[in-house]
Amino acid sequence: MAARIDWVKAAPWLCTIGLFLIWEAAVRLLGVPYYILPAPTAVAYAAGEFAGGLWRNSLQTLWTTAAGFGLAIVFGLGLGLFIGWDRRIYAGLYPLMIGFNSIPKVAVVPILVLWFGTGWLPAVLTAFLISFFPIVVNVATGLATIEPEMEDVLRALGAKKFDIMTKVGIPRSLPFFFGSLKVAITLAFIGSVLSETVAANAGLGHMMLTAQANFEVPLVFACLIALAVEGIGMYALMAWLEKRMTGWAQRSGFNR
Amino acid sequence: MGFVEIEDVSLRYRAQGAEEGTLAVEGLNLSVEEGAFVAVVGPSGCGKSSLMRLATGLHFPTTGRVSVAGAPVKGPVSVAGMAFQNPVMLPWRLTRDNVLLPLEVVQPHRSRLRRNRAEYRARAEALLATVGLAGQGGKYPWQLSGGMQQRASLCRALIHEPRLVMLDEPFGALDAFTREELWCVMRDLHAEKRFTAILVTHDLREAVFLADRIFVMSARPGRVIAVRDVPMPRPRDISVTYTPEFSEIVHELRGHIAEARA
Repeated sequence: MAARIDWVKAAPWLCTIGLFLIWEAAVRLLGVPYYILPAPTAVAYAAGEFAGGLWRNSLQTLWTTAAGFGLAIVFGLGLGLFIGWDRRIYAGLYPLMIGFNSIPKVAVVPILVLWFGTGWLPAVLTAFLISFFPIVVNVATGLATIEPEMEDVLRALGAKKFDIMTKVGIPRSLPFFFGSLKVAITLAFIGSVLSETVAANAGLGHMMLTAQANFEVPLVFACLIALAVEGIGMYALMAWLEKRMTGWAQRSGFNR
Repeated sequence: MGFVEIEDVSLRYRAQGAEEGTLAVEGLNLSVEEGAFVAVVGPSGCGKSSLMRLATGLHFPTTGRVSVAGAPVKGPVSVAGMAFQNPVMLPWRLTRDNVLLPLEVVQPHRSRLRRNRAEYRARAEALLATVGLAGQGGKYPWQLSGGMQQRASLCRALIHEPRLVMLDEPFGALDAFTREELWCVMRDLHAEKRFTAILVTHDLREAVFLADRIFVMSARPGRVIAVRDVPMPRPRDISVTYTPEFSEIVHELRGHIAEARA
């Protein structure tokens, strides 16, 4: 049994390699010009050529995203607790939240630029604005779905709302919270890159725009892949954190 | 005067926005002596759960009076412990920490608990042992079977040594064998600790086996339509459930319920 391949573990790598192989083969066989769809090898070559710039701009995007995401965690957790605390607050603020979330963030970026000028700040704020919503909704849902029996047990003993929230509500909403981080981090990348393409002088979004203007199509794709890699990395970090913090909610995995 | 006195009580739930709301109970009279074990049976939707909430101070009567331990109920009565059909354990806490949950709320334990962890842990384990869960306190509730979780939930209802224990169909979701086992657990706990118990149930055999006195409630709006004392001596062995005397009482109650449903 020792040398058996763990197909579940190998599957993501095999699929990724497979995708690149098919992509390469398709471009070569069909003779697609590089300015329409560059082959992975051309993309890799461009990435090597512009490695310094790619690295700098990747870091720029990573930190603006992380900063916006960090704000979203703090603010989302706070607002989620506030909304989930009381049915009336929940009823009052929820429609506003939905409305706000429905506003396309691409329409908000010019306003942010108007207020704060171009640069990193609009990117951080866009990442924040787009990613806090799922955190709020999930934390509030966790609090709002406490079993009524549990509440009765504690209230009959004279427990105050604060006791019920700290002993039941907040621990109960943690799996929802950590689950929402996985959604929120990918949204945060969308926000920061969106803002960088509109109004910034650094970051992957900005670099992509510049490369496109210079017809460096392979470099545009290199930027996209760099983004995807950052997204996967941060997602994996969040998934790991979720497993660490709320293992009790994932019984089957935890038990073994 | 009884330990729990419910006098001429009606309770109307105000549905949101509705003018009238539903009348859950009306003209309800019920008196329970200290240390007694009573059962309340009735057709579904007869306001049995309302009774639970009235006696524990989670709801106040629209009209009438409720008193517990000689004092009118003005807020949650902390002398009460509750167990439900659903064991509602917190999955992130060990079973023993679930059992200790009430002590984190009621005084004087609330302020003592943190400094005397070991003492309280031993207390929880000792109580778990009396319901047949010796050494299981260090497991998470979801590692226990349904019957074991329900035992633990009984422990949680009893840990603060309540003088009144309210049981809302606590054995309803269990299989027949486990249920009869837990009847005996409940019987022994009551014999040992002498609390006043009010058991709300659909199971007439369960009511007759455990209770000294059984109240039959009418369909909504609920009120008491019959009271039946169970003269069989305590503690009862599970074999009494096969005696003619036992069956006779069950049949009599079934007759009342059939009337109430009609």
